[in-house]
Amino acid sequence: MRKKINMFPEQPQPPYTMADKDIPAELFELLPEDEKKTDVINRPSISYWKNAWIKIKSDKLAVAGFIFLFIMVLIAIFVPIFSPYTYDGQDYNAIYQTPSMEHLMGTDMFGRDLFVRVAYGARISLTIGIVTALVNMVIGVLYGGISGFFGGKVDMLMMRFVDVFAAVPSLLYIILLMMFLGANLRSILIALCLTYWFSTARQTRGQILSIRNQDFAVAAKVVGESNLRILIRHLIPNSFGPIIVTVMFLIPAAIFDEAFLSFIGIGISVPVASWGTLANDGMATMGAYPHLMIFPALAISLTMFALNFIGDGLRDALDPRLKK
Amino acid sequence: MKEQKALIDVQHLKMYFSIAGKGFGKKSRLTLKAVDDVSFSITKGTTFGLVGESGCGKTTVGRTILKLYEATDGKVIYDGQEITKMPEKEFTPYRRDMQMIFQDPYTSLDPRQTVNEIIGAPLMVQKLVSSTAERDERVRELVAMVGLKDDHINRYPHEFSGGQRQRIGIARALALKPRFIVCDEPISALDVSIQAQVVNILEEFQQEMGLTYLFISHDLSMVRHISHRVGVMYLGHLVEVADVEELFRHKRHPYTQSLMSAAPVADPREATSNKRIILEGDVPSPLNPPSGCPFRTRCRYAKDICSEAMPELTDVGSGHFVACHNML
Repeated sequence: MRKKINMFPEQPQPPYTMADKDIPAELFELLPEDEKKTDVINRPSISYWKNAWIKIKSDKLAVAGFIFLFIMVLIAIFVPIFSPYTYDGQDYNAIYQTPSMEHLMGTDMFGRDLFVRVAYGARISLTIGIVTALVNMVIGVLYGGISGFFGGKVDMLMMRFVDVFAAVPSLLYIILLMMFLGANLRSILIALCLTYWFSTARQTRGQILSIRNQDFAVAAKVVGESNLRILIRHLIPNSFGPIIVTVMFLIPAAIFDEAFLSFIGIGISVPVASWGTLANDGMATMGAYPHLMIFPALAISLTMFALNFIGDGLRDALDPRLKK
Repeated sequence: MKEQKALIDVQHLKMYFSIAGKGFGKKSRLTLKAVDDVSFSITKGTTFGLVGESGCGKTTVGRTILKLYEATDGKVIYDGQEITKMPEKEFTPYRRDMQMIFQDPYTSLDPRQTVNEIIGAPLMVQKLVSSTAERDERVRELVAMVGLKDDHINRYPHEFSGGQRQRIGIARALALKPRFIVCDEPISALDVSIQAQVVNILEEFQQEMGLTYLFISHDLSMVRHISHRVGVMYLGHLVEVADVEELFRHKRHPYTQSLMSAAPVADPREATSNKRIILEGDVPSPLNPPSGCPFRTRCRYAKDICSEAMPELTDVGSGHFVACHNML
């Protein structure tokens, strides 16, 4: 046996006793009962959406986007109601007027007030954007969710179907549908709703595929939750962040597509005006009366900016990998 | 052994996965034998430890018993009832009896749900409670059982530590008052200081409620502590089964011997006297397992017969089963 060497002779050796440290017993006191709680969480409970809200509030561009969009919605709702002019009211004594106090954005070749027409166009454009985004979200999330969740042959068939349809440029479908259904708001909505959901479906499928084998989904199965319940209660909520971002970017895309269709002359028909038709009309007299082109174009581009800023902000706020 | 009633009886269980190989078509698909002919039974109220290195099929055994995978072949008999071929609809009531605790407490709780929803979901799905008020009541009881606080139930999983999360997972498993729980490495993702907490909770509940566990782990000392009977797996095969002390004292299979020699020993004097048996080479791919005994490619005692015939799991006395041609 090796002899034990005490390297620190001045230090007490085990077993330790109170006497070693010479601390009188009365200096000790019992820990009060309420300090024994080790499991208390002091931080207030923050849910996923609350956290996202906090983050997006600090994103200046996104907030500016929200404010702009809010004002635009107010204009779209109230200006046509309270303005003395209507979108199709013609006044031949006041054609091609430049912006003034009477006509904030001037008048066009029939003397129609451009401000009211732009506000009215906002109704159409925003309706198209929001309705298309919502409808596509519902179709896309359900389609992609089912495809990703069941996987295998179901997934294969459903996704090939999407591939076939997505392979043809969507503008072709839209133009064909518009010719078939006639040029009005309803047919534009139908056409956009039928063609936009591919990307949402693909993305949802990818999301669901990546999380459907995670433990929390398996755990749901172990306790006896049905497939539908697992899909709706667990998988879709957990993939909703990225999906909502895609949907957010669908709104400007749909508005822009409508403007484009109207601009090339197969969108909304006269006298109803959308931003696209207004820009188109304005282009004819661009040289002499640039304001007829500039105001609708500004409305389109500023709204695009606002929606894209909101989309960017949402993406940053909802992506957990970008957590600060 | 036989006179005690087995709650779980696994007979010749096989779980093969078909995975994509090179090229296209059915012919190019490869078969991965994750679990190959595994048989064991678990007596009511006891813990069966399943050990083996990563990728040996331990988790697959647990998940196949719970019908999370559809077994390729073989049977699982739960309390006298064959469940392997049962359609999911009929099996749903059995899910009440058979629960699971997951390895990773960070992925096994839905991040978008509150603790109340997570623990309450099994109660609602299995219709054990009729109202949300009743559910909240039960969830409070369960949360108290695993040592969490009342005001924790409206919080989200990310607000908890690993040990607390694992206790939430345990509360969820206990919500349905199960009789059998698959513990799939329930402590390996936790700090050592928390491991004891969780294991103590598990043991406590076993004594109180007569639970039966399948305890999957690669922590040998923990398995020794908690299990009554232990099975050792290698490459999808069960190579040795025995009561816990018998196995740790008289390890017969060469793989078991090397596995146990790799476990750290707390006492340094004992540690130096223990000779580590270091295995040569790697675990063969389960896509292309060796012929005969799965362990023969790394076994010190391999003979000709080992590559020719698969050794059967044979009784060597006192409930000790070994699958080896060179019975040591």
